[in-house]
Amino acid sequence: MQAVAETTDPVQALTQSGYKWGFATEIETELAPKGLNPDIIRLISARKGEPGWLLEWRLKAYAAWLTMTEPHWAMLAYPPIDYQDLHYYAAPKRKPGPQSLDQVDPELLRTYEKLGIPLRERAILAGVEPAEGSRQVAVDAVFDSVSVATTFRETLAKSGVIFCPISEAVREHPELVQRYLGSVVPTGDNYFAALNSAVFTDGSFVFVPKGVRCPMELSTYFRINARNTGQFERTLIIAEDGAQVSYLEGCTAPQRDENQLHAAVVELVALNEAQIKYSTVQNWYPGDAEGRGGIYNFVTKRGACRGARSRISWTQVETGSAITWKYPSCILQGEDSVGEFYSVALTNHHQQADTGTKMIHIGPRTRSTIVSKGISAGQSNNTYRGLVRIQPKASGARSHTQCDSLLIGEECGAHTVPYIESRNASAKVEHEATTSKIDEDQLFYCRQRGLSQEDAVGLIVNGFCKDVLKELPMEFAVEAQKLLAVSLEGSVG
Amino acid sequence: MLQITGLAASIDGKDILRGIDLTLPQGEVHAIMGPNGSGKSTLSYVLAGRDGYAVTSGSARLDGADLLAMTPDERAAAGLFLAFQYPVELPGVGNANFLRTALNAQRRARGESELDAVQFLKLARAATKQLSMPDDMLKRNVNVGFSGGEKKRNEVLQMALLRPRLAILDETDSGLDIDALKIVAEGVNALRGPNFSALVITHYQRLLDYIVPDRVHVLVGGRIVRSGGPELAHALEADGYAAIAAEAA
Amino acid sequence: MSAALAETAHSFLARYEGLRDHLPGDGAARQAAAAAFAASGLPGPRDEAWKYTPLRALTEIAFHAPLAALADARAPSALLPELGMPRLVLVDGRVQPDLSVLPDGVHISGFAAAPEFGALPGGGRDAMAALNTMLAEDGVRIEVPEGVDAGVLAVISLASEAAHHPVDFHPRHAIRLNAGARLTLLELSRGDGVYLHNPLTELQVGAGAALVAVRLQEESHSAFHLSGTYAEIADGGSYELFLLHLGARLVRSEIDVTLAGPGARFALRAAQALGEARHADITTIVRHAAPHCASRQSVRTVLDGQARGVFQGRVEVARGAQKSDGYQMSQALLLSPDAEMDTKPQLEIYADDVKCSHGATIGELDADQLFYLQSRGVPRAEARGMLVHAFLAETVAALPHAGARGLAESAIAAWLGARPA
Repeated sequence: MQAVAETTDPVQALTQSGYKWGFATEIETELAPKGLNPDIIRLISARKGEPGWLLEWRLKAYAAWLTMTEPHWAMLAYPPIDYQDLHYYAAPKRKPGPQSLDQVDPELLRTYEKLGIPLRERAILAGVEPAEGSRQVAVDAVFDSVSVATTFRETLAKSGVIFCPISEAVREHPELVQRYLGSVVPTGDNYFAALNSAVFTDGSFVFVPKGVRCPMELSTYFRINARNTGQFERTLIIAEDGAQVSYLEGCTAPQRDENQLHAAVVELVALNEAQIKYSTVQNWYPGDAEGRGGIYNFVTKRGACRGARSRISWTQVETGSAITWKYPSCILQGEDSVGEFYSVALTNHHQQADTGTKMIHIGPRTRSTIVSKGISAGQSNNTYRGLVRIQPKASGARSHTQCDSLLIGEECGAHTVPYIESRNASAKVEHEATTSKIDEDQLFYCRQRGLSQEDAVGLIVNGFCKDVLKELPMEFAVEAQKLLAVSLEGSVG
Repeated sequence: MLQITGLAASIDGKDILRGIDLTLPQGEVHAIMGPNGSGKSTLSYVLAGRDGYAVTSGSARLDGADLLAMTPDERAAAGLFLAFQYPVELPGVGNANFLRTALNAQRRARGESELDAVQFLKLARAATKQLSMPDDMLKRNVNVGFSGGEKKRNEVLQMALLRPRLAILDETDSGLDIDALKIVAEGVNALRGPNFSALVITHYQRLLDYIVPDRVHVLVGGRIVRSGGPELAHALEADGYAAIAAEAA
Repeated sequence: MSAALAETAHSFLARYEGLRDHLPGDGAARQAAAAAFAASGLPGPRDEAWKYTPLRALTEIAFHAPLAALADARAPSALLPELGMPRLVLVDGRVQPDLSVLPDGVHISGFAAAPEFGALPGGGRDAMAALNTMLAEDGVRIEVPEGVDAGVLAVISLASEAAHHPVDFHPRHAIRLNAGARLTLLELSRGDGVYLHNPLTELQVGAGAALVAVRLQEESHSAFHLSGTYAEIADGGSYELFLLHLGARLVRSEIDVTLAGPGARFALRAAQALGEARHADITTIVRHAAPHCASRQSVRTVLDGQARGVFQGRVEVARGAQKSDGYQMSQALLLSPDAEMDTKPQLEIYADDVKCSHGATIGELDADQLFYLQSRGVPRAEARGMLVHAFLAETVAALPHAGARGLAESAIAAWLGARPA
């Protein structure tokens, strides 16, 4: 388990130095005491061996957070979150590295199986010594806040790509982190981003240098498995002039009763002619059929198309979490830059999702495309919320939005809240939205041909989402289709 | 008459016309034939003055006047009429109102008196009758909800009313059945005379059975590679553009 | 709320304090409205519903109550169109019996004579509604008895400059169509000078009744027009509203419609045309509260100069309101580099067997259409004018009353004519 050893060594060193806060050891996880205050932030920073500037940055974010209030404009209802009743740091305890999959925690393997992760990757994720052979996917697995496995480092390093846990990037590439961290999502941007900035523990860092096309898809699997542990990932991806990278993020969580808070921040920076494709399949625990438990997912994702002709593309399939609050956005600053948002959000039972995007057109001839497919079933509520803003200098800008909602059952809700602002006459903005019920004729046709009701619904829903699913990298697309069908189980009688 | 000399034009930096020389004497009808992508429509748009085309060299003169220096409406007033391959729909603009506005604008530009509603309607009714078109064509919004054939006939109706000195018919035959084709041809032939010339742009020889040209030019790769009499169109039909292009090269 | 907005709100409250014992009707209702207004103040930019329509400009003006008695000589009869139909005329918010021509078969009274504050369908808890309730002095009350077709009736609101200083008035109108009744209403607002016209209309459309309203807002270009319409439509009833925003320095029409019974229908066709630094806002909320209801909304906005246009439209479908059919379209043309359009269409759906859609477009004149016109010899400026006129023509052509069509056409022609080419 060499990769694990590498990244946890500094943590171990700090833990063993007898820091006054100590650690509560709970089975496989070490937790910091509950609550949020400057001392906890200092502890996190010290545990990660961070430089002074980053501690100051965190404390500044914390000070900003104190002055802010939790936003409630989204169409979401949930009990108040007690931010002092959460652990803000948890690190996996070191254990001897497994030599084969037989030695890996079976609970963990079951989770991977549900996700449909190929066997070989499961071993990599679990920290088993990787087998020989060609590999196409680099995985940086984030377990409860601290990265414990990073693979394919050498192949990437050869082409000059840096892909590592952000805490490592802070140590190894401080000048890059300092230049870009918070440059897209400032510390005081919003309540959850401020919280993240103060207490983020880990996440991924990607740097693709000038002219380099990243030789493989980059992936991170998130997994929340510690009771009452907030997850505050921080991801930073930078593509220099002409660079290209595709990043996949997939998440799952085993069933738990307590609500879990997740407030991640993802920042993307694309310079001249750079392209970043960011794909997410999110299927965290949504709570049970009665709406108990489930993840609260308050995420800030934003990309800056700083360079001319740069392109940022967000694709998401959101089927999990009890609460989703997420608006992956693009700041289209560079001339002729392109922002894209392809989204499927599926809610069932008592899930609530308020998700969408912001496309801010600043530069001339910037273009954006938004395709959003919302599916509501059970007693769930699903909201698309989006902003398209054309600034005065965005001459010749183009924006097109297609936003469709599908309702399954008479107790759910589907909502559409677009904001469309244009301050440039030569820009052309179009928005279309529809809401309809799943088509009875289509259902009947499928049934008549021998499909079960659930298979028929799965088929129709996948067809409804096709325009989004086709944007996903192949390995994700298959998983996403399975996920949509599985997530709708029990929604049709 | 129309005199095109060394005309070259590009779209978004891509060269489409690569030096066209063509003289269309007064009273004659010339056909321009060519394969898809040879620059036929570009030539018609450049002559009519559509935005988005950059003329990189050469000139185009109508009766000695520099066409390229004029705005599209000035070209129309000078007597140039373009029958569009894809006539544009104008929701909310009535056909009669549109035609009268256009006719009066041209008359005004030429220093002629404007027509009042009654005078105009008399003229328009006569034209629709001559072209066997229903009167309600005038009441409907310009090209809105028109079939492909109706749109082309509407172009011919406009041409009949505006009486241009030079008509450019940009693939007016595309999407037309044989009856509609005849109506279009009759419309053009009715205008033929010493003060009318026409540039008939087409992909097929079919239209030229009805509008018999004085000359035929073959446009390939943005250049006129061959010119000849009406028999050239038949040769093209038999041998295809590839043979002609190869021969020219 | 900004200090300036607070100061203006305070001046209205002070007016109320001074007048409260002289104002007609239920003092408790006014007191409650005053308390609500004191708490909320005038809406500011942080108020989501007013995000795109700042009332800053209102604070630059010291408003006064209009003169109580209006000498005949000062009645702005030049503004009064000859429409050849019964009419109710208000000047500075007060009904003018001398200028009015009463219709047959309809019960007409004034708010001042029969002051009643109805329970506003949909709640009407907006600050401007509270301001109206607090300061309403007069208004028209129209009731069409069951089964009666009342024909066409004009309600004309004029603003005079009689007081020689900026005035504000808050008329309170109530219109009720009993079951099976029919009425076509021509609502016209005009005026001279600087004033704030803040009318509130309560509408009840009974079972199977049909109300067609043509609303032409042609206020002075220095005036503010902030109106609220709260409508409830019973089963099988219909409300068809044609709304034209052609005047005012700042106008907002808030239309709140509850489709309360099965088969109720609402249709809105609206157009706004403005230039200079003027501001126009159409905000609608349509509540499908019963099954089998239909709503259709179409709004067209043309903006020139530094004008700013706003359309906010929310369609709500309640749980159980199956077979709801909701459609909404906002199209905007920007004619100048400094114009701004803000659109916020919204769907809030809690029933599955529905067909709801909305669309929004913002752009400049179509280049192909312009070229087509020019290629036929129409000069560019004239071609632009034709296309703008055509964009608005569909709405005007649909106006169900020839007199109204004439008024709208001349107002649009005047606007197009005054535009710099």
